[in-house]
Amino acid sequence: KGHLELGSWGKRFRTKSRTLHSVHVLQMRFMLLFSRQGKLRLQKWYLATSDKERKKMVRELMQVVLARKPKMCSFLEWRDLKVVYKRYASLYFCCAIEGQDNELITLELIHRYVELLDKYFGSVCELDIIFNFEKAYFILDEFLMGGDVQDTSKKSVLKAIEQADLLQEVRARDSEEEEE
Amino acid sequence: KSKEAEIKRINKELANIRSKFKGDKALDGYSKKKYVCKLLFIFLLGHDIDFGHMEAVNLLSSNRYTEKQIGYLFISVLVNSNSELIRLINNAIKNDLASRNPTFMGLALHCIANVGSREMAEAFAGEIPKILVAGDTMDSVKQSAALCLLRLYRTSPDLVPMGDWTSRVVHLLNDQHLGVVTAATSLISTLAQKNPEEFKTSVSLAVSRLSRIVTSASTDLQDYTYYFVPAPWLSVKLLRLLQCYPPPDPAVRGRLTECLETILNKAQEPPKSKKVQHSNAKNAVLFEAISLIIHHDSEPNLLVRACNQLGQFLQHRETNLRYLALESMCTLASSEFSHEAVKTHIETVINALKTERDVSVRQRAVDLLYAMCDRSNAQQIVAEMLSYLETADYSIREEIVLKVAILAEKYAVDYTWYVDTILNLIRIAGDYVSEEVWYRVIQIVINRDDVQGYAAKTVFEALQAPACHENLVKVGGYILGEFGNLIAGDPRSSPLIQFDLLHSKFHLCSVPTRALLLSTYIKFVNLFPEVKTTIQDVLRSDSQLKNADVELQQRAVEYLRLSTVASTDILATVLEEMPPFPERESSILAKLKKKKGPSTVTDLEETKRERSADVNGGPEPAPASTSAASTPSPSADLLGLGATPPAPAAPPPSSGGLLVDVFSDSASSVAPLAPGSEDNFARFVCKNNGVLFENQLLQIGLKSEFRQNLGRMFIFYGNKTSTQFLNFTPTLICADDLQSNLNLQTKPVDPTVDGGAQVQQVVNIECVSDFTEAPVLNIQFRYGGTFQNVSVKLPITLNKFFQPTEMASQDFFQRWKQLSNPQQEVQNIFKAKHPMDTEITKAKIIGFGSALLEEVDPNPANFVGAGIIHTRNTQIGCLLRLEPNLQAQMYRLTLRTSKDTVSQRLCELLSEQF
Repeated sequence: KGHLELGSWGKRFRTKSRTLHSVHVLQMRFMLLFSRQGKLRLQKWYLATSDKERKKMVRELMQVVLARKPKMCSFLEWRDLKVVYKRYASLYFCCAIEGQDNELITLELIHRYVELLDKYFGSVCELDIIFNFEKAYFILDEFLMGGDVQDTSKKSVLKAIEQADLLQEVRARDSEEEEE
Repeated sequence: KSKEAEIKRINKELANIRSKFKGDKALDGYSKKKYVCKLLFIFLLGHDIDFGHMEAVNLLSSNRYTEKQIGYLFISVLVNSNSELIRLINNAIKNDLASRNPTFMGLALHCIANVGSREMAEAFAGEIPKILVAGDTMDSVKQSAALCLLRLYRTSPDLVPMGDWTSRVVHLLNDQHLGVVTAATSLISTLAQKNPEEFKTSVSLAVSRLSRIVTSASTDLQDYTYYFVPAPWLSVKLLRLLQCYPPPDPAVRGRLTECLETILNKAQEPPKSKKVQHSNAKNAVLFEAISLIIHHDSEPNLLVRACNQLGQFLQHRETNLRYLALESMCTLASSEFSHEAVKTHIETVINALKTERDVSVRQRAVDLLYAMCDRSNAQQIVAEMLSYLETADYSIREEIVLKVAILAEKYAVDYTWYVDTILNLIRIAGDYVSEEVWYRVIQIVINRDDVQGYAAKTVFEALQAPACHENLVKVGGYILGEFGNLIAGDPRSSPLIQFDLLHSKFHLCSVPTRALLLSTYIKFVNLFPEVKTTIQDVLRSDSQLKNADVELQQRAVEYLRLSTVASTDILATVLEEMPPFPERESSILAKLKKKKGPSTVTDLEETKRERSADVNGGPEPAPASTSAASTPSPSADLLGLGATPPAPAAPPPSSGGLLVDVFSDSASSVAPLAPGSEDNFARFVCKNNGVLFENQLLQIGLKSEFRQNLGRMFIFYGNKTSTQFLNFTPTLICADDLQSNLNLQTKPVDPTVDGGAQVQQVVNIECVSDFTEAPVLNIQFRYGGTFQNVSVKLPITLNKFFQPTEMASQDFFQRWKQLSNPQQEVQNIFKAKHPMDTEITKAKIIGFGSALLEEVDPNPANFVGAGIIHTRNTQIGCLLRLEPNLQAQMYRLTLRTSKDTVSQRLCELLSEQF
């Protein structure tokens, strides 16, 4: 009875449930977009990783993925993770997930993201992502949060983005300067 | 544009922005936004950015959406979770959360989720659940809130308070808005995993939701239908949530089974679209359903259907599906219901090994062959793996070698086959044959006399090849040295021919192999007196006696001397045949576990071992699953004396029976434990050396070492006075039940201890089976005219026989789950007795003997350990978890082992340490 005053913590303990279950709920670790030339176009990390480590991982992974041939399967084991990737024109979309996570749904997650970009930019190309990188990030954020799907409906995601766009104040002077 | 031009251009731009930020003129929001955005762009091009953070933080408080948005983006991309700016950022977020403007709230929640630091969790973990369950929160904000909370819970679970909101979150599974359900399901799954009781109502809700989805027509769900597949993401998430729980109650279970059957049926229907997205989404749900079926492992019908479905995929034209089918089948192979069904696909899998063009797919095929292997198909599988090895990618050769070695040993009915297989391995992939593998073949040959003659003959033949791998020379050298006599009768392999053959390889070999060969030569001197002079000549040659390598030189000198001075009797004794190695877990298996992570090996191993016992109606052949514990290295021990032979059968130790009581006058009564003995005892639980007892006369120091189930303890008795101790008699006392569990041997010490002198006593320890009590050390002696009698508890504790085991997170949890019997778990919640310091705690857990597993527990504040307790009779796998609570100054310690008494004892011992 000694630990009845422990508050929420004590409450958790008293239930003495089987606290550690095997990990079934898995998380995406990061997502990368890079070109065939090995230029990184977008990176999103869902687990705190140091800059140095990030750079190393990006370099290593790009090398592995770029070396793969077209007909090979879209999944590969890399370090302790599984990498799911797909190439769209000159861009590689790459997600790192945990070993037991669902590979196919991740592959379609990439596809859905490409569709969203496509819809927003109107047949998207690498240049769109280079010059409107912030949009690419915003769309990704609307779609995924912390590595989990927030909404799979194309409509909902695009609606959110369009609403945001409406809020932008258009100033003629600005758009000139933006060119530079 | 060249690289240099780009750098130049960027440096110019950076200088420009820097001057703008530093300028006297305050920048308006728009320019600030513009420059921050530029910085971000430059950063994303791969350049370092070390300024602009402050300006970005300023943008957060802007009322203009775009400025705010860029500010948040900069922060989520560039700010590390431990930045000092967090406080300022938190303030801005707080304002936006309170704004009730859904767009601003969304931005703020995204930022929290993107940064996800502990400070943020501290600031917002209490607030977000309220937003999540509030009635007036917009759907889009709910979605963000759910995932944001999930992120915080992942980084700092202790900061997210469970409470009334949890039941309302569960009901989000019923929400009208599928986007809300999708986000909520992710959150609930993670929370449920940690607090299954609190979320168990989610099971029936998830099943009914799933049922509604899988039975819906493809257009019902409108925008949540993806290429004619209804809500694939949500389906996958729901199926995953259900994997947090055991199979549900019969009522719900029936409905779930229907769902799973529907999903399996749909796989057989013609596709509604030719697009790959359609089949991918459909199969994503299917594979997740199969995972759940395997996880429940309780419906034979579903398991076999799953296996048939995967069988179809094995021949699918999509590489991705073949890959996934191979992967899923690996887990199916470990279920007793589907193992036989998996085995029927052996030809397809072998074919995959031969024809797949992608190495990652071939790798899966190797894994599956390994998983489906049992006695009935071992010869075929091993042969296929061996032939694959000839052309296998270098990156996976070592692993295949290990797998072949394990399978060959495990399923060897005929040990000649085993020997052939290993020699083939060395021939085909000698460079990838690790020490463990060739040690192992030697251990097995030594332990099984029915195969020794065959082994000698086979290595002799294999050594005939003009170029053979050095590993073969090692094995050959060792085996001929031990068993060359068995083939010496044949004139084609007479002693001299054997010797010449080995010696012809000598100059091609590395130093360790040469050393091993020298040992073989001296064994030959014993086995075959007729070649003694030949060998002496070789040893005497300058290249041996004056070899620059000190080890080789020493061996040559010593062996030469030994061969000249020793009589045949002595020689025969010294060079006696190696005693059998003690049989323990295969060191190769341990290596594969280390390499691959245990999940791929052990669990399948274990279940399969049990099953094959059922199927074949008999246990495994004893040597197959066992091996020498310490993997004595045949090359390292001079004369083969180094490997510890099994301890000579000694009389069982009775209390003090091994110690000679020189004078019986004092031995009759044993003193009660000295004051402080318990405390001192506890101090030794996590360390092996130190002072155990001290008073004005006597100091007792300890030094001990443990390995596997054996240990050795040096006890130092120091006489602190200037007067002699007489009749000095230390006695080890084991309580009755301890005697059978712990074997202690020692010799009496000199009964006289001079003033200021120290005497040493060695205790050899063997742990026979797990034990609770500790032995007592009683010391009696005469000092001056007085009789002294001291007793202390000797810190030989169960945890000393720990062998640390490293494992990855998923393996840990899998094992943890396997040890779910109530009596296998012992838990203790206690107040901290010492300051709660992380580093000290880590050191203690390591000192305790288990491995300290980093990044296993989702909560970084917790400590997780794993190890194996070795006793003579058995090995006990142990998992432990220590959860500190700084606020309450308490710990919760949980032990799970395969034996209740072990869990209990380890928990007692470790609880005393903090």
